[in-house]
Amino acid sequence: MNQEFDIFQLLVGSEEDEDYKRKPIIIQGITGSFGSTHSRLMTAYGTNIVGGVTPGKGGQSFEGIPIFDNMAEAVKKTGAKVSGMFVPAPFFLSAAKEALDNGIKLLVAVPEHVPIRDSIEVLDYAKKRGARMVGPNTPGVIIPQVMKVGIMPAQPFKDGGTVVFSRSGTLMYEVSDNLTKAGFGQKLCLGIGGDPINGINLIEAFELIRNISDVQSVVVVGEIGGDAEELLADYLVETNFPKPVVAYIAGRSAPKEKRMGHAGAIVYGNYGSAESKFLKYERAGVPVAKRPAEVPFLLAQKLDLRVR
Amino acid sequence: MRLIEYQGKELFVQYGIRVPAGFLLDSKDEAIEAAAKLGYPVVLKSQLTVGGRGKAGAILKCNGESELLPKFDELMKREVKGELPRGILIEEMVDIKNELYLSFFLNRSRRSYSLIVSAEGGIEIESVGSKTIFDIPIDGLSSRVSQDAARQVGLEGKTAASFLDFSLKLSKLVVEKEAELAEVNPAAVLNDDSLVALDAKVVIDDNAMFRHPELKKYEHVSELEKQAEKSGFSLVELDGNIAIIGNGAGLVMSTVDMVTDVGGKAGSFLDFGGRATTETIYEALRVISKIKRIKAILVNLFGGIVKTNLVAQAILDAYKDNLIDVPVYARISGAESDKARAMLRGSQAKLYDTVEDAIQAVAKKVS
Repeated sequence: MNQEFDIFQLLVGSEEDEDYKRKPIIIQGITGSFGSTHSRLMTAYGTNIVGGVTPGKGGQSFEGIPIFDNMAEAVKKTGAKVSGMFVPAPFFLSAAKEALDNGIKLLVAVPEHVPIRDSIEVLDYAKKRGARMVGPNTPGVIIPQVMKVGIMPAQPFKDGGTVVFSRSGTLMYEVSDNLTKAGFGQKLCLGIGGDPINGINLIEAFELIRNISDVQSVVVVGEIGGDAEELLADYLVETNFPKPVVAYIAGRSAPKEKRMGHAGAIVYGNYGSAESKFLKYERAGVPVAKRPAEVPFLLAQKLDLRVR
Repeated sequence: MRLIEYQGKELFVQYGIRVPAGFLLDSKDEAIEAAAKLGYPVVLKSQLTVGGRGKAGAILKCNGESELLPKFDELMKREVKGELPRGILIEEMVDIKNELYLSFFLNRSRRSYSLIVSAEGGIEIESVGSKTIFDIPIDGLSSRVSQDAARQVGLEGKTAASFLDFSLKLSKLVVEKEAELAEVNPAAVLNDDSLVALDAKVVIDDNAMFRHPELKKYEHVSELEKQAEKSGFSLVELDGNIAIIGNGAGLVMSTVDMVTDVGGKAGSFLDFGGRATTETIYEALRVISKIKRIKAILVNLFGGIVKTNLVAQAILDAYKDNLIDVPVYARISGAESDKARAMLRGSQAKLYDTVEDAIQAVAKKVS
């Protein structure tokens, strides 16, 4: 695992940086309907979008943001290391490779319906270049009250010491909203993605914040499908993870072999079942909320236990 | 997309993987003719997307013509896990020396395929004690790994050679068709040590279908699903009477769980995705209105940027246009909720502050 990868440095920077809290971000697909709507919202939130890429529209601008024809030019002119991807799924593979070829270190891949093969290919490509990807099929990443790259609304999130990792978009908002109302602000909320293949997976996500001292607790929102929660539970035990963790899992009443909206939310036999995840979390000492609204209560309990 | 057995076997044949001689039957007349061509005994296999056919009695052996028609009828009428067959596959009986298990399956965490092989075929792989598992890169299986696998499950000589050929062909299919799963359970070793696929379970990556127009013909979606898909919704029909609508797959799954917890029965899962406008909600209600068993609709919408009054308008429009006549219980977090509440007053729809309250109300109403 690449320990040096510092997502906070990429998205926020350190106080001595000239562009502290103003790290340059590029949006691939800035002129599409989704890309344009959310570029506006991101900018309003504080994200420093320095360029957009739409082939054929180079030289134009979008609300004062210069548009480039390709990533080579965009990166050269702006020095950005992070790209928010809003391209349609069939163009995802080539767009992601283009970004990685030109020095992008973090891809935030919003599109849904990316083929599995393309995701795996991009991940291999990124790994060879020391880069990472969030998603695909992710709401993105938000550093509350600083910046966001993605499609999440602003209102549920508030600055604080909890980190939220979620395989589901709306549940990330819902759980963060519950946390915020209970007084648990967030240091970082990151959508793992609803696909079978995830860039930054749960374990890699936990590695990102493992040694960050002002992260006090972690909430992990999972769902049926795959074995990410099971492997995470093993990781927490084996590495003696130093921060309190609370979980939620959606889909325990879903029928087997039915894809529940997300490409990744499907149970084959016991592979991906909620029972298997509950069992593993229980063994790892991770309390699992029955409802999203229960998350802050479990977290409060967990923190009290630690104080005692 | 889950292919049913005969479709999977069609693909197998294209890749040179041997399957028993057989025909897909839609009618009794075809059955008699097909059986005569194959020669008795024959096997009749119900074509379903659900597993556990053997146990459910949906695979029947026929020794002669007198058994054929009654058994054909029996299978056509037999539901397995709520599903009726999409045709009957009739196949020759092959002489089996022993059975193996073989599958390629996408290991999501390892970001590769897993090749799983066992010398015990014909039973659920999860209950098999001894199996061999190899990581296979997404560009396919190598001869060396296939030979290793064969050795580890005790295949020798001619059988090992058959296994090499069989597994490489299956790997090619998996890679080229972008399958998430290709399972042969069982693969039969015949008396001449050749291998035949007795069953086929293939799942294709839905998101890769745009690259596979040749597989389009295998798509089997109901009118309802077609309509939902056209609107960009994800719909899963469930067997209860409470329709559940929301924005986001996780949120809707979570709502189904909570409804189930209080004894309610979800009748549908509908995720209308990121765009909660008056039109999308109205369209979602239209889709739901086609499901006859629905007695109430639960809307769970977590917005932030959603205007609650737009959702309320869509619900009112759906009542006005006689699209729905069942009560709607809605939890909508978003702006303008007072306005929405006032709009819905006097209608069959009611707004709740928390999803828990909405669920309590709907469960009480329907039970």
